Amino acid sequence: MKNGFVKKALAVLTAAVMTAALTACGGAAPAPAAQTSAEAGPAAEAAESAGGAIKIGGSGPLTGGAAVYGQAVKLAAEIAVEEINAKGGLQFELNFQDDAHDPEKAVTSYGVLKDWGMQVSLATVTSAPGAAVSQMYKDDNIFGITPSGSSLAVIYQDPDNAANPYGNVFQMCFTDPNQGVASADYFAGHPDLGSKIAVIYKNDDNYSSGIFAKFKAQAETNGLEIVYEGTFDDSNASDFSVQLTKAQAAEADIVYLPIYYDPASLILTQANQMGYAPTFFGTDGMDGILTLEGFDTSFAEGVYLLTPFSADADDDLTKNFVESYKARKGGEVPNQFAADAYDCVYAIAQACEAAGVTADMSASDICDALVKQFTSMTFAGLTGQSTWAESGEVSKSPKAVVIKDGVYVSAD
Amino acid sequence: MEFLSYLINGLGLGSVYAIIALGYTMVYGIAKMLNFAHGDVIMIGAYVAFFALTGLGLPLIPAVLLAMLVCTAMGVIIERLAYKPLRQASSLAVLITAIGVSYFLQNGAQLLWSSSTKVFPAVISSGFFSLGSLSISYLTLITIAVCILVMAGLTLFVNRTKTGSAMRACSEDKGAATLMGINVNFIISVTFAIGSGLAAIASVLLCSTYPSVFPTLGAMPGIKAFTAAVFGGIGSIPGAFLGGLLLGVIEILAKAYISTQLSDAIVFAVLIVVLLIKPAGLLGRKMSEKV
Repeated sequence: MKNGFVKKALAVLTAAVMTAALTACGGAAPAPAAQTSAEAGPAAEAAESAGGAIKIGGSGPLTGGAAVYGQAVKLAAEIAVEEINAKGGLQFELNFQDDAHDPEKAVTSYGVLKDWGMQVSLATVTSAPGAAVSQMYKDDNIFGITPSGSSLAVIYQDPDNAANPYGNVFQMCFTDPNQGVASADYFAGHPDLGSKIAVIYKNDDNYSSGIFAKFKAQAETNGLEIVYEGTFDDSNASDFSVQLTKAQAAEADIVYLPIYYDPASLILTQANQMGYAPTFFGTDGMDGILTLEGFDTSFAEGVYLLTPFSADADDDLTKNFVESYKARKGGEVPNQFAADAYDCVYAIAQACEAAGVTADMSASDICDALVKQFTSMTFAGLTGQSTWAESGEVSKSPKAVVIKDGVYVSAD
Repeated sequence: MEFLSYLINGLGLGSVYAIIALGYTMVYGIAKMLNFAHGDVIMIGAYVAFFALTGLGLPLIPAVLLAMLVCTAMGVIIERLAYKPLRQASSLAVLITAIGVSYFLQNGAQLLWSSSTKVFPAVISSGFFSLGSLSISYLTLITIAVCILVMAGLTLFVNRTKTGSAMRACSEDKGAATLMGINVNFIISVTFAIGSGLAAIASVLLCSTYPSVFPTLGAMPGIKAFTAAVFGGIGSIPGAFLGGLLLGVIEILAKAYISTQLSDAIVFAVLIVVLLIKPAGLLGRKMSEKV
């Protein structure tokens, strides 16, 4: 009787584990995941908006574990649209849907946006939903540019070989591999940081393992020494004592963390608890660590990260954006996702302007015009100078920043 | 040296599992039900402690006491509202209800406190001592010490007090216990209260070591602790202790010496082997007291 019950319970447990894993997935994988965007709307619908505003669609997690990214993107895009509309000239209208970082919901959102008459799109905020809708953008020939969907799967039909790009889905953020290559180059160019590298990455996450694979290849090319490779996954994302002890035992003086800031905050805290103080080096997923509620930022002191955007930059563009964002978000400093979204809207506006796009054009015509513009133009925004390849991949140089006294300072 | 460091870290992790596992095992021993909402009571404890420490600015001990108070109340209320009406229902119905309560708590927390992670303040000494070239955090040792204290206290309570005897009686035969004048409903409430109070202690230890507070925080430790309880023999208090420690040590050693990717698979493989050989768990069969 009792054993029978325990067996039943174990069966339920198994189900619960799976649910927990899925939940955790939704919670942890969000940020720079993937986005694809496609824009456009069916011709008939677009025609209805003739003389009005160009309809920009987009979806992202406004609820759930990744909500912080979706909300940042939505708010920043709204700010950009308001600013552009206030200037007169081309007018835009934004419709941003919640996809809860769920591919299925992203497909539903896409349908809603198409019914609404979307002509251009910010695609999706995160990668997994992006990968699910890119084909639809392609089929409907709607132009999309994702602020933060960094996975290759967002822009390539064959992401493993980076082949067969959709061609009308562009990225504002770096692709994952670019960051791995840039990191390895940075280490090679700065031998003073250290020579023995340990890597801790999340092996059930495309973002993290994608960066790591490229980093490893480039590190070999550059003759860097990787002394330890540690992994973790959703069910192990709290205890890093083993990975840190191994890195310490291998005498690593750089610990490379191509992961999101949540687990990174735990790694930094646990390293501090055990008195291990190598140079920690993160990628754009590390962005956000300073705004983590309750996090002791002294643990992040001296951490390097690659990011295209620094809210502390003192150019007017950044200052104005940070100010309006803070005013609308209760003083919260915008992160890189917000900056990417803001740039996306401005890039769309710039391209529409240059191509002579008007609100009465069909989504498909707009798409053809924008693809042409994007592949030939240079866009200067919050996240630096961007140009795009025909695949939709952006080219801009990641900047290394180091955290000093709780703020980002440009590293050499 | 490295091995010693892994062992201590494993015992630290295992201690947290053990304290959580006590909640599962006591409730199972007495009410014969699996309280899957237990992991979420830990989450509630973590949030209460977090707000007590950061919002109210309380020192550590009062914050822990407040968290225990809230968790104890939660445990009793959950039992009254969700489980008591199902006392005569099939065990599967109770199990599903427990899962429902678990989701209710997780989503309620998300609604109240949003899904974004909060970082638990470092309130327990974050020092360390050196062990050759490696270092061990004092926090790990404190966790192990608290676990041993809790175990000792609980064992004394169950064996030496009147309520403890009543609990043992209920676990053996509820009908006979009622005939002997024991208020079974009261004893079940006490069990939930103790289990949930311990969950609050576990939450503070858990969050001091892994300082992320988020609504699904209790899910994974809860499942691991439940595994530990089954491993040690569900219903048995020493079993939960042993199961928790072993699970922690196996997990850490598997990570260290076999593969960081396979550690969970190895933990569950060991569980399966143990259950094949001893279906009642390590200490499950022989225990006459099922508290």
